[in-house]
Amino acid sequence: MKALAWRLASLGALAFFVLIWGVIAALKIVPPLFLPTPARTWTALLHGLWHGDLASKLEGTLSHMLLGWLVASLLGVALGAIIGSSVRAREYIGPTLEFLRPLPASAIIPIAITMFGLTPSMAIGVIAFGSIWPMLLATVHGFAYVEPRLLEVARALNMSRLAAAFKIALPSALPDILAGLRLGLTVALILAVICEMIAGLEGLGSWELVAARAYRSPNIFAGVILLGAIGLIANSALSLIEARALRWRRR
Amino acid sequence: MKRQDPMKRLAGMKGLLLPALLIVLAEIGARLHGPSDVIAPPSQVVFAFGEAIRSGSLVSATLDTLIAAFGGLVIGGAIGLALGVVLGLSRTLDRVLELPVEVLRPIPSVAVIPVALVALGFGYGLEIAIVAFACVWPMLIFARAAVAGVEPRLLEVARALKLSPWATVTKIVAPAALPSIFVAFRLAAGVALIVAVTVEIAVNPQGLGAALMTYGQALRPDITIAFLVWVGVVGFALNQGLLIAEARLFRGQR
Repeated sequence: MKALAWRLASLGALAFFVLIWGVIAALKIVPPLFLPTPARTWTALLHGLWHGDLASKLEGTLSHMLLGWLVASLLGVALGAIIGSSVRAREYIGPTLEFLRPLPASAIIPIAITMFGLTPSMAIGVIAFGSIWPMLLATVHGFAYVEPRLLEVARALNMSRLAAAFKIALPSALPDILAGLRLGLTVALILAVICEMIAGLEGLGSWELVAARAYRSPNIFAGVILLGAIGLIANSALSLIEARALRWRRR
Repeated sequence: MKRQDPMKRLAGMKGLLLPALLIVLAEIGARLHGPSDVIAPPSQVVFAFGEAIRSGSLVSATLDTLIAAFGGLVIGGAIGLALGVVLGLSRTLDRVLELPVEVLRPIPSVAVIPVALVALGFGYGLEIAIVAFACVWPMLIFARAAVAGVEPRLLEVARALKLSPWATVTKIVAPAALPSIFVAFRLAAGVALIVAVTVEIAVNPQGLGAALMTYGQALRPDITIAFLVWVGVVGFALNQGLLIAEARLFRGQR
């Protein structure tokens, strides 16, 4: 009951901010060329979705983001499990990973373009390369710090290495892996937008940039709202999966 | 000077083996393959790197990127810090502003590029604005958690001493929350550099990102790769520098 009241108060605060935005835009404190009113933004959003090509742009961004993320997830978790389970592999590969980690993934775009051209495969490749890091490093960490006594149990039960990896290391690394997957999805969305902007691929990134060139600010804001919604929904969905999959941990 | 543990030094050498192997393989592969628009042998990359230093393009591009990244970090970090401290101190405000923060935070920073582009045009302003937007969030989240985690009894002491809100923040909250706020600053600095380079690659014609795009399009893989490695070195050095600063500043506080 009390939580609901706070939620309503918070909703009120959000409405208040939209109102302030409306007042600033309506009084033209900021020129309408830069800042559309909420009403015009809403109209542009609905019109774009039902009559324009905003829906197909949304689909384009979603498919780039999810495809790249999926590739990165499979590779990242598999590689991370291999590197994480072996002390020797960590010694040899770890420092290289640490050096590559802070590299802005977008910096490889120029090289990816010369390799793949301005194509969707370029975008998928860049997104996969960029979003693999959080998952790879989280999985390495998860597999590296399995409770040693659990591994002793596995040895006592004569489990094979593969069985021990799946039955003991994987569940124990799951919290790290899921957190990595969530972080990776955020990175994937950012890179999808960037690739679309640079390569003019079908998606919200290019939609926003085209709108900016034509000074159609309601269309830009409609794109921002959709991208925010994608980020919010993707993050909440993975948080929900995380909470469900890790229910056993709270006990 | 302390002598380093020989085993540790050996472990460090092991980490260098893989990059060394990759460099040798790249050199052989690129030489066998012949001239290419995509990849250059590492020896040529080193040569191109020297050329970029001598011509001054590397230094000026690095300065452009660092100025924009630092400007955005200071502005966005300050906004995030102020909001985080306020939300951490006041449970009421935190609950009321929960939804606005939840709605704004997932907006990818790059999605705001066209908004800033229309309003500000190309240049430092555009880049600083986007970096600032991106830096607000890590700072806000960490500062809020750090302040909310300050030992409640300390705040009771502040109340008992009738400290003003400002004195409470500067004398009680800040010293207790500072170590984790510095961690947030380090993370935000990493974000700032990444976002600055990204904005340059996407639209802004200045700095390291724009240099990467220009040389990539000019089909000069040697300079492109040299700049790519340099971006990695700058990011790595920034992170390591802040890690060392963190260890020095907050020695014995954990």
